[in-house]
Amino acid sequence: MDGWAFVGIFVVVAAVLLTVPLIIAALLAPRKPNPIKSETYECGMETYGDTRVQFKAQYYVYALMFAIFDIETIFLLPWAMAYQEFATIFPLIEMIIFVLILVGGLAYAWRKGALEWF
Amino acid sequence: MIQIPGNDIFIALATWLRQWMLSIGLDVVFVDIVMALIRALMLAIVALVVFIVITWLERKVVARIQDRIGPNLAGPWGILQPIADAIKAITKEDTTPAGADVHIFNAAPILSAVAAVLVYAVLPFGPNPGGDCAGAPCGPMAGTDMSIGLFYVLAVGAVSLIAVLMAGWSSNNKYALLGAFRAVAELLSYEVPQVLSIAAMVMIAGTMNMTQIVEVQTVPFIFPLFVTALVFFVSGLAEAGRSPFDLVEAESEIVAGYHIEYSGMKFSLFFLGEFVHAFAVCAVITTVFLNGWQGPILPGWVWFFVKSFAVYFIMMWIKFTMPRFRIDQLMAFNWKFLVPVSLLNLLMLAVGDTVLKSVAITRETNPLLWGGILFMANLALLFVAMWALGRSARKSRLDKRPIVARVEDVKPVQSPVVTSN
Repeated sequence: MDGWAFVGIFVVVAAVLLTVPLIIAALLAPRKPNPIKSETYECGMETYGDTRVQFKAQYYVYALMFAIFDIETIFLLPWAMAYQEFATIFPLIEMIIFVLILVGGLAYAWRKGALEWF
Repeated sequence: MIQIPGNDIFIALATWLRQWMLSIGLDVVFVDIVMALIRALMLAIVALVVFIVITWLERKVVARIQDRIGPNLAGPWGILQPIADAIKAITKEDTTPAGADVHIFNAAPILSAVAAVLVYAVLPFGPNPGGDCAGAPCGPMAGTDMSIGLFYVLAVGAVSLIAVLMAGWSSNNKYALLGAFRAVAELLSYEVPQVLSIAAMVMIAGTMNMTQIVEVQTVPFIFPLFVTALVFFVSGLAEAGRSPFDLVEAESEIVAGYHIEYSGMKFSLFFLGEFVHAFAVCAVITTVFLNGWQGPILPGWVWFFVKSFAVYFIMMWIKFTMPRFRIDQLMAFNWKFLVPVSLLNLLMLAVGDTVLKSVAITRETNPLLWGGILFMANLALLFVAMWALGRSARKSRLDKRPIVARVEDVKPVQSPVVTSN
């Protein structure tokens, strides 16, 4: 059984093994819901308004930063895999330029205030 | 008598079982599938046993750190406490809040736990013995010997984030939703230094296969990759949602964050996910930086667990010593410190290793000198980074002082001069 086939088997085994306690709990545990018990728990206060509120725009800015950086760092991984077989110095110079572009992007975001939490 | 390759009890058992199944005339493909099933079951059980040990150990250690005794009634030294906890969790009522999205609400704890357990598929518990085990090449002492093992750890580790978001969104609770927001922001951000440090590891090791990473460590990689190890450890703490990065489930601010509405066994599954994930981070650190299973006398898997639990002890120590970050501090620490440091670290390692290679000092030819020089370079980088951190922290502390506290800024008030005649 190579690589991914085993992972497939493992997902199934892990899911079954972790669902069994839930089934046992469903059989053993008491089940007496009532309207007051199943109210949303917010420290004793009655919940007010809609839960799915709008979220802070700052989260969106960080998500954008993440998308940029994660994709760019993914490009570094093939380079890193091949690193031990480089015979010349040119791949290293190319990588330095690439990382400096990343640093430049980070410096720009920093300067523009995208990294501040308001 | 069967020749036992690798001289290891588990390999011997697997070889014997395989030979027995073949001897009663079962098909080879069927035998392969059964062996894979057994391996998967063993791995999942290892993860569960690790969880049981950790819950007990963590409570004992926190008690000692806080000058208490900890669980001591259930069995000697309270070692039966996890079993008591399990019985309690199983017999507690499982409530579903009004207005919850029931299917997502029920699926989230299972996904969280499964995602954490999945990491164990690529952890190498011992060397690949090679040779022949009952008509097939002996497998490694790992679930699977994937060529992209390290990348798999990264990918599967990020799945728990989806579970957290599912739990927070489906609970129909504002605290849970706030916790999920924070979790997404935190885990997304700390993914970046983690990927960068994995790039540095891969660059030096030249492979992503976990077994081979251990085999190429002529000197433990914690020396040439010291800064990388620290960055990976910190971002691993954040990814597993451990203190001081536990503002996802900050009890004093948002009650319990994303798992506020969960009770009984589902709540336990979230805890299982968190602890098993944290231990998986320790196991990856053991594999990549601390020579993995290698060690004298004792079998490989014993060394593997000894080292992993030693790293886990440091994690617990940090958890019970550090106060929690605020979210702005958390983000600033990641984007303004960890990301630049890991970028610089990557450049430094690439240049340093290439320079050393040009004078014929490499991992293979002169491991001690190679590791020593890179370790010195790491210490220099660490020193500069800590100096910059301290400087900017002092500056921001001075900038943010409340106005009343800036005594030197207050101009002395001219008291009216009373002149009489």
